[in-house]
Amino acid sequence: MAQDAAQGVTGRSFGRPGEVPGWVGYALLPLLNLLAALALSGLVILVIGENPLDVLALLVTEAVGYPEAIGYTLYYTTSYIFTGLAVAIAFHCGLFNIGGEGQAYLGGLGAGLVGLALTGWPWPVAALGAVALSALFGAVWAAIPGWLQAKRGSHIVITTIMFNFIAAAVMTYLLVDVLIRPGSQSPETREFDPGVWLPTMDRVLGWAGIAVPASPLNLSFLWALACCALFYLFLWRTRWGYEIRTVGRNERAAVYAGISPARNIILAMAISGALAGFVGVNEIMGVQHRILLNFTGGVGFVGIAVALMGRNHPVGIVLAALLFGVLAQGGGQVSFEYPTVNRELVMVIQGLVILFAGALENLFKPRVEALFRRRGGGHDGGTAHG
Amino acid sequence: MMGEQRMDDALLVVLLLADATIRVATPLVLAAFAALYSERAGVVDIGLEGKMLAGAFFAAAVASSTGSPWLGLGAAVAASVALALVHGFACITHKGNQVVSGMAINILVAGLAPTLAYAWFRQGGQTPLLPGEARLPQIHLPGVEALSGVPVLGPVYRELIDDASVLIWLTVLLVVATHWVFTRSRFGLRLRAVGENPSAVDTAGLSVTRLRYQAVIITGVLTGIAGAYLSTAHGAGFVRDMTAGKGYLALAALIFGKWRPWPTLFACLLFAFTDAVQVRLQGVPLPVVGVIPVQFIQMLPYVLTVLLLAGFVGRAVAPKASGVPYVKER
Repeated sequence: MAQDAAQGVTGRSFGRPGEVPGWVGYALLPLLNLLAALALSGLVILVIGENPLDVLALLVTEAVGYPEAIGYTLYYTTSYIFTGLAVAIAFHCGLFNIGGEGQAYLGGLGAGLVGLALTGWPWPVAALGAVALSALFGAVWAAIPGWLQAKRGSHIVITTIMFNFIAAAVMTYLLVDVLIRPGSQSPETREFDPGVWLPTMDRVLGWAGIAVPASPLNLSFLWALACCALFYLFLWRTRWGYEIRTVGRNERAAVYAGISPARNIILAMAISGALAGFVGVNEIMGVQHRILLNFTGGVGFVGIAVALMGRNHPVGIVLAALLFGVLAQGGGQVSFEYPTVNRELVMVIQGLVILFAGALENLFKPRVEALFRRRGGGHDGGTAHG
Repeated sequence: MMGEQRMDDALLVVLLLADATIRVATPLVLAAFAALYSERAGVVDIGLEGKMLAGAFFAAAVASSTGSPWLGLGAAVAASVALALVHGFACITHKGNQVVSGMAINILVAGLAPTLAYAWFRQGGQTPLLPGEARLPQIHLPGVEALSGVPVLGPVYRELIDDASVLIWLTVLLVVATHWVFTRSRFGLRLRAVGENPSAVDTAGLSVTRLRYQAVIITGVLTGIAGAYLSTAHGAGFVRDMTAGKGYLALAALIFGKWRPWPTLFACLLFAFTDAVQVRLQGVPLPVVGVIPVQFIQMLPYVLTVLLLAGFVGRAVAPKASGVPYVKER
């Protein structure tokens, strides 16, 4: 997977006879995978007795058809960019981080503690504090499995799964027994001082004199876009990024080049966890304004789909996150219109995208690539990937 | 007289704990042993959760529509095997990433089961409550009355062994059979070989693909049964997110059991016991430590598994070729 991303970025092979142009890898194949996933989802909609095209049309309208909807869509997109980047940086180091869910949960705790502590402070201070502490909490929660993988050989997939469950238990304990608002029945903290809330985009644009309808979209959207730029610069323009990618491509080669795999595994996981932790800034500081149970709602898992679709590149991740944002917002609205369709249908599409773009990536790829090789007049059928 | 009464009460508490442990352990054992087959054959399966959930939904949906729990069980197995074949198609035929495939199946079913349930039954994503005859039967044993006067043995027989679900008995058989398969049978030894050194198996003239597909299908059958147990034996109908992480807990048990049948069984019983204890200990102060928050008992299986994987308590070594697609010629 990392290979595709690298090929997509350099685009070196563009147009050379007998070779596959770069856009096949980063545009055509993801599109084919998406179409396959949508076609099967359409089949599910048919089975439950609705017209898939009508549902799709309504879904898109409800997601991007009017300004308020766009705000909601971009709010979902924000969290998906964070978790997509989180999964992607681990992928670049050859690691599969399934723990985005738990890391985002802990990141929310970090952001929330800042929100609780800084009553009366100006919001920019709280925002900076929340970014720092959510990153720290997420990073620690991911670095432990990273350390266990690097130093003790524990399989990171299993440990990150276990850490999701441990995070859920820890958070339930904290919210039920420790942080709960005194006298409250539901396990959540008190609301933060409104002065420290992260401003929503409609407020920010209002300061500039632009009127847009209210939505949960907040400043963390801009932070997500900044993270994409930083992600690119770090991974492809710094020595540390180069080392992480080298370990991901070939660990033994990295050792011979004097690069420590253990150090880079832990570093990549820490960054991955920090990125997932930023979900807490969006959700807790931007929208909920208190810490509550299960606010992550599966964003960590959507991140896997986003990274796979986006080919682990920030541009692709933004586009894929936008796609899943549309599905999340539109899917929720569709369920109001169609009594037989509920919002879990979106998970069907997510699952199918992960299946086709990830596990079944070899279903279309060899055929499509062979087609382009033949087109290019190449006679190198024998040197196909291997 | 007083002492005797207290002893009987204590025995009853122990028996109730044991009974709860067995009930919770059964789907764990089924799912963990399901994964045992595919993982020993070199195919990692984190999609147990999804396959169980599909099994639970189809068992309840078909049992509810037809009134037959056996047709429900069949549907559960069919659905779960279909998903197992998708996993096989992606990971064995197309050499895809096994973890990604398992994850995809989990998310897919987490969406699909409530979607279908909602559309078919219109009850907010669950199936109707199953009447007694649409649930899998319990096996009533003879001689409960005759033994009731016998101390210890009588209550044990009455509370623990009599009236157990037919699937609990099936699970007991499965454990013994699995031990036999992996230590004595030609098929089991070949499965183990294919998980350790597939090219050797290939060289011996056996098909790696065929063996791995067989393993994956067994996984599908057993996870289907595990799902059916949840919705038509233990419970009486499908509810949203019914598996609630049991597929992952089973995976943890398999690793805690170091990919071996008896230790895996022990791990399942241990995890189920912590669950049974946690229900009983809620809010009860213990000597020395006081009240233990339930969440700490709940996270115990996961913490133990992490510690084991880290080599702090024993060492778990996975089958050598697990997670690696087999490529015949380089």
